[in-house]
Amino acid sequence: MSPRLKSLTGRLRRSERARAPATDPESTAPAAPETESQPLDIAPNDPIIGLFESAEGPVDLDDLELESSALEQMREAGIKLAVPLVSQGELIGVLNLGPRLSEQDYSSDDLKLLANLAAQAAPAVRVGQLVREQEAEARSRERIKQELKVAQLIQQNFLPKQLPDLPGWQVAAYYRPAREVGGDFYDFIELEDGRLGIVIGDVTDKGVPAAMVMAATRSVLRASAQRLGAPGEVLARVNDQLCPDMPDKMFVTCFYAVLEQESGRLRFANAGHDCPYLGTPAGEVEELRARGMPLGLMPGMAYEEKEATLGPGDTALLYSDGLAEAHDPEREMFGFPRVKGLTGSRRTGHDLIDALLSELDRFTGPGWEQEDDITLVTLSRSGGVAVAAEIQAAELASAGSSNGAEGALIPASKVGVEQGADRTLTEFEVASAEGNERGAMERVAEAVAGLGLPPSRLERLKTAVAEATMNAMEHGNRYQPELAVTVRVLASEDALRVRITDHGGDEPMPVVDTPNLEAKLAGEQKPRGWGLFLIEQMVDEMRVSTDESHHTVELGLNLRGDDDGDRRD
Amino acid sequence: MATGATEAKAKVHERGGVAVIELHGEINRSAEAVIERGYEEAAALGPSSLLLDFGSVDYINSTGIALIVGVLARARADGRTVRACGLSDHYREIFEITRLADFMTIHADEASALAEASG
Repeated sequence: MSPRLKSLTGRLRRSERARAPATDPESTAPAAPETESQPLDIAPNDPIIGLFESAEGPVDLDDLELESSALEQMREAGIKLAVPLVSQGELIGVLNLGPRLSEQDYSSDDLKLLANLAAQAAPAVRVGQLVREQEAEARSRERIKQELKVAQLIQQNFLPKQLPDLPGWQVAAYYRPAREVGGDFYDFIELEDGRLGIVIGDVTDKGVPAAMVMAATRSVLRASAQRLGAPGEVLARVNDQLCPDMPDKMFVTCFYAVLEQESGRLRFANAGHDCPYLGTPAGEVEELRARGMPLGLMPGMAYEEKEATLGPGDTALLYSDGLAEAHDPEREMFGFPRVKGLTGSRRTGHDLIDALLSELDRFTGPGWEQEDDITLVTLSRSGGVAVAAEIQAAELASAGSSNGAEGALIPASKVGVEQGADRTLTEFEVASAEGNERGAMERVAEAVAGLGLPPSRLERLKTAVAEATMNAMEHGNRYQPELAVTVRVLASEDALRVRITDHGGDEPMPVVDTPNLEAKLAGEQKPRGWGLFLIEQMVDEMRVSTDESHHTVELGLNLRGDDDGDRRD
Repeated sequence: MATGATEAKAKVHERGGVAVIELHGEINRSAEAVIERGYEEAAALGPSSLLLDFGSVDYINSTGIALIVGVLARARADGRTVRACGLSDHYREIFEITRLADFMTIHADEASALAEASG
């Protein structure tokens, strides 16, 4: 709403020229007695604005021929002379004068005086306006600060005050809110038979609305967890209860698991939250994947229920996207592979949390303003023995940020591919031109025909080769036709490897992230960005290495019988 | 353009209140305009439900996935449900991995999709 001034001048907001109230000249030349101090609205497209802005001095309304409703209003109000107040080319107000009481025209001295007055008054009025705007801004800043406090209070009140004490288990949690509090939450729910419910979630949006939805979700979840038990049913129930009252464009991602202390059995369901990782003392990392839509989007959703067992020394890491999606000053993302890599570093509990946070510190550098809440929850089963030397070795492999000639190999999948004597099945070059990836894909398929891959595995390999070749042509070689992509297919008894090399060594390869489909569907992210994710999903192992002038993506498939090609089920 | 590439086509028809977008050829970057037009033609029929028929599609790459995400986003914004049919086992798996399958029902063929859409 544009405020109206009842003083000498009308006022026009710089940002929205919706209204230019004007008043009668109480304190200048004698006013037409019948005019009241009425603010005048000038529509933003009224031609009189342009005229006033370019006028040099007072404007006699009788001289104007203009289709302008403001002009009509001014004439009706008995105004004879308008003195525009212009500051830095913008009309900020108008000094309106009625006819002289003597019924003579304004003299040229009068006009000069008014022009001088306007020239001096305009900047002063503008300063006054700015001061008011700043006061309003300060008030709104204060209100935002208060709101932040409220959001923080809600958030803190609904997070667990203490951690569960389970014999044989170590539970650790870490929560660091962003300045503008996000909607992260975690919870532990004591269930019948000594089972423990573990929750991590994230409400889209920030501030008070997010905190309220978080509080509601937590309460509904607690109630359902006590009554229902099975994680999939619990999430389905919570979803149905949240849906009717969920504000537009808000939803909740949530991972819910039930732990049986004795057996280490963890049953879980996931409503679109980032997959937790399960690290073993051998340094392997498994993703705790289960399908399901975020809560509050659509009622009647079903949630897949999966199960994992935590053995001695195993650690599950639940986390929120504030960690993986933190950016460094170059806007590169911390990324899921780093989180996953550290989960495989044989650390447990607070050690793992500390390692993640110090890696994050190193990554973001000093002076970083945290973008989103960061929540970490670990669940470790006692009994594993971590060997210091092994931890060091895992550290070297985990971050994947160095650029040596051999390259920093990022283990991007849990199924390791055995090393053995390689023979080259084929090696060829592909010119960088759109569509050429299909040829590369067919040639690799021909080359591996003798290996007897199951059809589904062959299809996955083909897709991975096509995507990696496309990436190499597009990002590495920028579709410069004179730059080729080299494809080399190697096989040992245990493994098949396809190496795809481009000329893009000067830029680091992006890390693999699980694309955020919800954000893409909501138009908050570009629909693209599936390539690396697909590649990683299609093969048993993907390694990326970089030297000064090349990138190589190596795709690995296990050829041992222990993999039936349906590892995802 | 590589030799042997088959240009994408989209044929749109209406059946039982469902707008069927029959896709042909390769769903990659070059299919962008075709898919855009296909969606607009289908939307002009004013259906509450769309069916993407991939029965005559021989290749979908990650850019194609992005185009399908785009269709899905528009359909959601317009309040239309989306179904898909005619996917090979491999592309069906890819739709599951990318979680596109969470946002569209996948059917074996057009007949079963339409049967369910009307039932």
